[in-house]
Amino acid sequence: MTDIAPVAGNGLLDRRAFLRAGGILITGYVVNPAAAEPLSEAAWSKEPGTVVPAYGTPSKYEKAVVRTLSNPNGEPRNQHARTPHQQLQGIVTPNGLHFTISHGGNAEIDPTQHRLAIHGLVKRPLVFTVDALSRYPLVSRFTFLECGGNSAPLFSPEPIQASVQALHGLASCAEWTGVPVSVLLEEAGVDPKAKWLVAEGADAPHLSRSFPLGKALDDAMVALYQNGERLMPGQGYPMRLLLPGWEGNMNVKWLRRLQLTDQPGMTYYESRTYAQILPGGKAYQFYFVQEVKSFITHPSPGIGLKGAGLYEISGLAYSGNGRIARVMVSADGGQTWAQAALQEPVLPKAFTRFRIPWQWNGGPAVLQSRAWDEGGNAQPTRAQIVAVRGETSKPPPVLAFPSQHYNGPTSWAIDASGGVRHVYA
Amino acid sequence: MFMHRVVVVLSLVSGAAIAAGPNLGQPLSHAELAAWDINVLPDGTGLPKGSGTAAQGAPIYAQKCAACHGEQGKGGISAALVGAPPMKGMDSPKTIANFWPYSTTLFDFIRRAMPFTQPRSLSDDEVYALTAYILVQNKLIGERDLMNAQTLPKVKMPNRDGFIPRFPEKM
Repeated sequence: MTDIAPVAGNGLLDRRAFLRAGGILITGYVVNPAAAEPLSEAAWSKEPGTVVPAYGTPSKYEKAVVRTLSNPNGEPRNQHARTPHQQLQGIVTPNGLHFTISHGGNAEIDPTQHRLAIHGLVKRPLVFTVDALSRYPLVSRFTFLECGGNSAPLFSPEPIQASVQALHGLASCAEWTGVPVSVLLEEAGVDPKAKWLVAEGADAPHLSRSFPLGKALDDAMVALYQNGERLMPGQGYPMRLLLPGWEGNMNVKWLRRLQLTDQPGMTYYESRTYAQILPGGKAYQFYFVQEVKSFITHPSPGIGLKGAGLYEISGLAYSGNGRIARVMVSADGGQTWAQAALQEPVLPKAFTRFRIPWQWNGGPAVLQSRAWDEGGNAQPTRAQIVAVRGETSKPPPVLAFPSQHYNGPTSWAIDASGGVRHVYA
Repeated sequence: MFMHRVVVVLSLVSGAAIAAGPNLGQPLSHAELAAWDINVLPDGTGLPKGSGTAAQGAPIYAQKCAACHGEQGKGGISAALVGAPPMKGMDSPKTIANFWPYSTTLFDFIRRAMPFTQPRSLSDDEVYALTAYILVQNKLIGERDLMNAQTLPKVKMPNRDGFIPRFPEKM
């Protein structure tokens, strides 16, 4: 128990309570009455350990920390692998756990034979090798990537019982290093008639998406490295397009071609798949931005609470429009709110980790977060989204994508045993 | 002589602007690009020579497409290619006839991505023939209509005007 006064209903404490120098928590310290077992020398402390491997992998005790696969046998359709947010901390997604969607498997590309062509409405059509691009002055930035269909189960009219990995696992964040597209376009010489670029992958579907020239000249990158090492195959090895803050599918993997054009390609994925039907039958097109969003990862379904007491609520917030400015957390289903601490670094278009201490009294609680970005954009309520976008007529399968770009809040109900359920609140 | 010196100075300035990068791209001719130059734009730009009809497309469809998309495009383990159920909301299936805004996308996508296990194995004539076959099945063109670089972009899709750009200011 602590004697810190709650700052919002149902036990939310001041976000600085854990951060203050000792005193504030020590004043509330009560000795745990359960006696500890005597300590002893374990087997691993009494003999030398294993051989150090050339490429490290996580402890064998972490084998359960994996992505979930939608199509583990590689049947002839797309494959999703979702990030286990409930088992991770901080803002960087380990490379092996970064979400992947592949529409025709992961291409296995020999980097010495890979080429990137830039052509169309340019003065000098050019082709680049991986070695050539690696010699350019490189830039690094932390950027989240999110599938447009992430969180789609929340379009269901009833809350679907699933983990945060199943609901929100198609978003991840990494440090990407590569060459700004603007540098390459300057060398190619942009024709004044050019307005769009059509990007194409070297994978089997030759996946193609169009993006406006303005984004190319702003912060688009040809990414070569992911968290310090070369891209993983599922991220487009040896190179991918990175459009910070924009719909995941547009960040074309295994990038082999950029054609400058005077019109969008109206490719399959932009004119059909990633166009969202609205109530009444019209559809959004070129949604581009992954808008401001947050969700609580700890606690969440599958990682409940073990007895009343002091807990840290933490989660992820991000916006394709810039930095996260503020995250508010409620423990009473949105009746009262407390401001969460934002863990540094707080970077534009990157995951931001938020944290807030919570004194759980062992009673029912409904946890929810809402985020605002530096542009003043607020994470909408579910009701606001449904009013504009609609919802499904009945609960869809958890792996279905009835629509895309759901950025409303997620609510976790805590029961008396500490179990966590997905609810709408 | 004086004019000549001015020209030299200008070209140096222009060279300095390009020098933001180390200029390691190699010039790429159209012939060298040809095998990859497969984008088809909605106005028909990029459509290749060649042509096809539904009659030519039917046997190709039966051999290379029906296993996944079902007989006559009625659907199987992959999406139905024929039919236009009413589009009311997000539960409605998106089909070629009720949703796709441009006929050119059909040619572009078949050529780049189909058949799923053998992409880029179809000739341009075969792609035109399959495109014609699917458009005929959907009653979007006449049974005998020839699809080629001139006729395909003129096929008006029913849902052409059914879209709202979400962020027009960013386009």
